[in-house]
Amino acid sequence: MEYIVGIDLGTTNSLVAYMQGDQPVVIPGVDGSNLVPSIVALDPLPAPTAEGESSPPRPTVTVGNSARRALIATPERAIYSVKRLMGRGIEDIAEELKLFPFRIAPDVQPGEVLRIQLGEMNFTPSEISAYVLRQLKRNAERFLGEPVKKAVITVPAYFNDAQRQATRDAGRMAGLEVLRLVNEPTAAALAYGLDRATESGQHARTVAVYDLGGGTFDISILKLNDGIFEVMATNGDTHLGGDDIDNLLLVVALDEIRTEHGVDLRQQPDAVQALRKAVIEAKITLSAETTAKLDIELPGGDRYQREIPRAVYEQLIAPVLERTAGPCRQALSDAGVRPEQIDEVVLVGGSTRIPAVRRLVDEIFQLNARGRRPHMELNPDEVVAVGAAVQASILAGNSAATDQLLLLDVTPLSLGIEALGGVVARVLQRNSTIPASATEHFTTGVEGQTNVAIHVLQGERELAKDCRSLARFDLKGIPPMPAGLPRIEVKFLIDANGILQVSAREQRSGTEAQIEVKPTYGLTDEQVEAMILDSFDHAESDFAERQLIEARLEADTILSAVAKAPENGAWQRLTDAERAAIFAARDRLIAVQPGSDLKAIREATTALDQATRRFAELMMDQAVSQAMRGKTMEAANRTLNVDQAEIHAPHPFAQAEIEENAAVGSGETREGNE
Amino acid sequence: MMHCASCREPFHGSPLICAACGAVQSSGVEAPDYFQVFGLERRLGVDVAALEREFHRLSRRLHPDRFARATAEEQQNSLRATALLNDAWRVLRDPVERVEYLLKIEGHAVGEEHAGKARSAERQPPADLLEEVFELNMQLEEIRMSRKMGETADASVLAELRTAGERFEAMLDELDQALTAESTKWDAGKGQARAGAAARMIELLDRRRYLWNLVREVREALGAAA
Repeated sequence: MEYIVGIDLGTTNSLVAYMQGDQPVVIPGVDGSNLVPSIVALDPLPAPTAEGESSPPRPTVTVGNSARRALIATPERAIYSVKRLMGRGIEDIAEELKLFPFRIAPDVQPGEVLRIQLGEMNFTPSEISAYVLRQLKRNAERFLGEPVKKAVITVPAYFNDAQRQATRDAGRMAGLEVLRLVNEPTAAALAYGLDRATESGQHARTVAVYDLGGGTFDISILKLNDGIFEVMATNGDTHLGGDDIDNLLLVVALDEIRTEHGVDLRQQPDAVQALRKAVIEAKITLSAETTAKLDIELPGGDRYQREIPRAVYEQLIAPVLERTAGPCRQALSDAGVRPEQIDEVVLVGGSTRIPAVRRLVDEIFQLNARGRRPHMELNPDEVVAVGAAVQASILAGNSAATDQLLLLDVTPLSLGIEALGGVVARVLQRNSTIPASATEHFTTGVEGQTNVAIHVLQGERELAKDCRSLARFDLKGIPPMPAGLPRIEVKFLIDANGILQVSAREQRSGTEAQIEVKPTYGLTDEQVEAMILDSFDHAESDFAERQLIEARLEADTILSAVAKAPENGAWQRLTDAERAAIFAARDRLIAVQPGSDLKAIREATTALDQATRRFAELMMDQAVSQAMRGKTMEAANRTLNVDQAEIHAPHPFAQAEIEENAAVGSGETREGNE
Repeated sequence: MMHCASCREPFHGSPLICAACGAVQSSGVEAPDYFQVFGLERRLGVDVAALEREFHRLSRRLHPDRFARATAEEQQNSLRATALLNDAWRVLRDPVERVEYLLKIEGHAVGEEHAGKARSAERQPPADLLEEVFELNMQLEEIRMSRKMGETADASVLAELRTAGERFEAMLDELDQALTAESTKWDAGKGQARAGAAARMIELLDRRRYLWNLVREVREALGAAA
């Protein structure tokens, strides 16, 4: 049986799911958790040996929960929220650099694909995402006991062509054939629709999906009719999410620590990451409680203690949340429906746990006034992955539960070409159902001209410079004719993934004009090929063997961590019973590891992982407080080295810029300030 | 008469997919027009609810999701056929786009210049609207200026603009009714009568484009000031 898995490649967390018969199932990782944090850390390279210098070191990375520790211990080798950089250029990301500790390679030029520094190496955003995808692929293979080669991957509905291509490239690098990119809110609608298909009958309903995730916001308006999910309009912001709330809280805490305690933590990436962890916890607390406390030990022994009442918190984040209202209204208007015509609202994404978000949604769609409540029965972290699994099953065509379902999605952004004077001529309007096509005719301006340059753009603005540059084409091989005589037909086709294809023909001579596609922010096929991780990875013959090797390696990793455990201060804080349980689980794993019973090795590994769960938590807390106090010599040295080595890298928390940014970001004041 | 490329049966209904053998057709040199896509006569009166049902029925059979495990050629045929179906649905469900499209395939010159050439900068307002348009532009300019200065626009100017906007929206409604009336004449008529209806529809469309741009500007100005 060939599996097609559904993957939610999220800003903060990623998940993989599949259809088990008629039931979607989220696949847990080795640690038992369904969520794989989208964090990638480059492992320390092996020390160079005299004879080993000829070949460059082969990098290994840690992904997910295990990489979380590296964010604090070795922040210069770890990255989170890389989704914000997918398909973007250096000139697009000034705002991100003020708020995120991304270390961009200093030689990246405008118009080039970004490269990110992790330790001594550079990676494109697609490569980093590929590491996350590969981890999910492995989790699925481990769970299913079969090679997994095909996937459906979700993307924010508002992702443009370059961001979609970068995601598809990441899939290829991870050894996955990406059968379809599905928009996240649409996937969520699928996940819900499946559950209620029986009671819905024939009645057509209009549904809004409000999806506020870690780093992206989407709103989609759909019409559900007899198994057909037809998107009427979509809108959003690919750089708006829980991350922005974290950053606001972080900035406030950093400022208060500086003014009240005279300590500027901005210069210490590890301390900033530790503080970030603390404010995220406070944010989560504030979704359930009316107040949260920050209590952090600072260098020099002072404590930063701060109570955050929910009212203060809500006032602080209101401008961020308000940025979701505009796209909602635009989507309603584009769909031609009034708020009160929306039958149901579905909440997706971890950030919709925030009560203030729910109030805003209620207000926009007038739910309470109509005696309605938004849907949030499904876990907002998992619903997108579940929907991806449903779409995978539709493509596989092998489940009775999905064979009547069909998803008709739209392109989120208008497609245009640059005309004279730098204005954009629209060839396809946003919210057109995909696949969609448009045909344009061009001619020459000079006698004997054999080339015509065409600039393709995506976006809603009038001027080309304000839109997203997708690609520049040269139509070559036009037969020499008097000016204005050639008639070149260019056909634009947006496929079901929302990705553009172009073809051209000179109609008078009948010759096919050659098109050279230069993706503005994309990788060429050759570049993608060169970046494919472990090309041997998907050979079927050695699959069982590889599974065994990987299981033994997993066992090695956890055993060596347990061997070192007593050196850690946190060890002393465990009870005798807890320590005894760890030893028992360790001995069992040591006993089965050399054998070839894959299942036994895995079960013993999982058991040991469970037994050490509390120890890992204690150790994590300790790392946080050490980072705050800056007490470890190692950490201090590293901070120093980083500062000297990376003078050109933009610093994660340049303060003045943040204040300026916060003011601009508040939206309502924008007009008044200009 | 068009035939299925696979079984050579003549088409009944849409030529995108053969009703007899189920083969999705590859796009030939001569692509079917949007009316043919739905197996419809070239008429402006369209039952949109029936069109939607047919759109859904054809989507279920043509969509790339149904061909995920098919050959590359079948996938390509499905992609092109579905794109054409979606393009046809988008245009035919909208009464105004439907008129523009029909006039275009009937050989009339309609609408804005093709992209790539200069768009006509000297778009003249219709003669009977000159005065009103002039006034409206003054109001719009005033609101833009006050916004630039960071001030809230004058309430009386906003009120005037709102009234003007409502008047232009009403004109738009009237115009759409006139367009429907001419559409019916076109469907019913032949020869001279049909040519006359076409000429009037072209005029109405030009006026409509102008009015629509005004209405959009007013909506934007009011939206930003709110």
